Amino acid sequence: MSRVRVLVGTRKGAFVLTADGKRESWEVSGPFFAGWEIYHMKGSPVNPERIYVSQTSGWFGQVIQRSDDGGKTWNAPGGGVQKSPEGFPVGESNRFSYDTSEETGRPLTTHQWYDGTQHPWEFKRVWHLEPSLRDAEAVYAGVEDAALFRSGDGGHSWQELAALRGHGTGPQWQPGAGGMCLHTIVLDPKDPERIYIAISAAGAFRTDDGGKRWKPINKGLRSESIPDQDAEVGHCVHHIAMNPRRPGVLFMQKHWDVMRSDDAGDTWREVSGNLPTDFGFAIDVHAHEPETVYVAPITSDSLHFPMEGKLQVWRSRTGGDEWEAMTKGLPQKDCYVNVLRDAMAVDSMDECGIYFGTTGGQVYVSPDGGEHWRPIVHDLPAVLSVEVQTLT
Amino acid sequence: MIRVELPHHLRTLAQVSGAVTLEVEEPVTLRRVLDELETRYPVLRGTIRDHDTLRRRAFLRFFACEEDLSHSATDDLLPEAVRTGREPLLVIGAIAGGALEAVS
Repeated sequence: MSRVRVLVGTRKGAFVLTADGKRESWEVSGPFFAGWEIYHMKGSPVNPERIYVSQTSGWFGQVIQRSDDGGKTWNAPGGGVQKSPEGFPVGESNRFSYDTSEETGRPLTTHQWYDGTQHPWEFKRVWHLEPSLRDAEAVYAGVEDAALFRSGDGGHSWQELAALRGHGTGPQWQPGAGGMCLHTIVLDPKDPERIYIAISAAGAFRTDDGGKRWKPINKGLRSESIPDQDAEVGHCVHHIAMNPRRPGVLFMQKHWDVMRSDDAGDTWREVSGNLPTDFGFAIDVHAHEPETVYVAPITSDSLHFPMEGKLQVWRSRTGGDEWEAMTKGLPQKDCYVNVLRDAMAVDSMDECGIYFGTTGGQVYVSPDGGEHWRPIVHDLPAVLSVEVQTLT
Repeated sequence: MIRVELPHHLRTLAQVSGAVTLEVEEPVTLRRVLDELETRYPVLRGTIRDHDTLRRRAFLRFFACEEDLSHSATDDLLPEAVRTGREPLLVIGAIAGGALEAVS
């Protein structure tokens, strides 16, 4: 029988939640890396026992952790006591150095700062880890300040895909409230050369040649918070989701507006429809129904909590425009938590399960596509990310 | 032997308990101690000082013999009591923020 493993990154450590296919009785393990911020953890689709973790701290910086046994034990790849043949220490799993080599196109080294001046790129942390769909040793990292890195050796070493920063619009990028972060990486399951990424507050970008060339894909987005509301870049994209069976169709939760693209991001149209508010962070697509989409509406950019204290997931079964509130089992009064951009996920059981975590430390599951919800855990630290593995 | 006391999170990361003892060649400077520390525990690279610039991370401090050495030149000799192992070099997590209200 299949089972699920839910990977939860929180403000104060990582947790692994496991259950059988019924998703009723849960075992909770953790905290792992207690006291550290775990921005994201995700398992390899090639080898589900391989899990990558972004462990970060304002004091101590960035560490990459890895498990090769499904989260039972962990190690920082390259972080052990090792020596090169010459006797020098090797292993630098937490080294993310921006590429400034001429060979890779001499990427721009400044972006727009809050005061309008140009500011050098400075590494802060890894927001998102996206394991390759084909190679368990390969994994992508989206970082702040915004850039995309890749490891081909299981997280031992990282190289920037520098053409993204260097493609031309970099000097116009600027940080959002949470920093200038590359927070979303979507890999095309049919085309290994195609990658989508999103940056706050620059927008969405796509490569069709494995990262050698990039282009902004923001046509159709409108943002009132920038002078040119439909500019090529500058949009605060919060998250992008895709159903792997239909990779050309993308759904986006923007700062405001829920958007849809049917042409791999070349153009977007708004599908907010009857949502009570189209502000939010998280968005995901049903594992088996490509037109079924989930969002967690948040009151506004000034009020980062659900409307009227009622925690709601809204579901569209029409690919947007028409939405319905899914509230059974969710608190419908006095609830003032947030659902962050990487804190929603779906499993691929026959009856698709939907999961999300809150800044109040709850992780909720709906084992029936959103009809009914129940908390798996109530009192974790603030949840930063939720990912699900469906295991056989 | 030089003794280095690490903050809790770095002891956990390096999988050590108590003070770390290091053999450091003369002259015993902060740079040499940190070089040796990172040689013994590569996982600590980047957690105390920047990978590339080797500058101290903003929210860490170096104390020894009731002195703050955080702003001393890294090639200065450490205090004699540290060099002889009578007193430890303390790596301290500053009582400050460091966590941004990010993600949202």
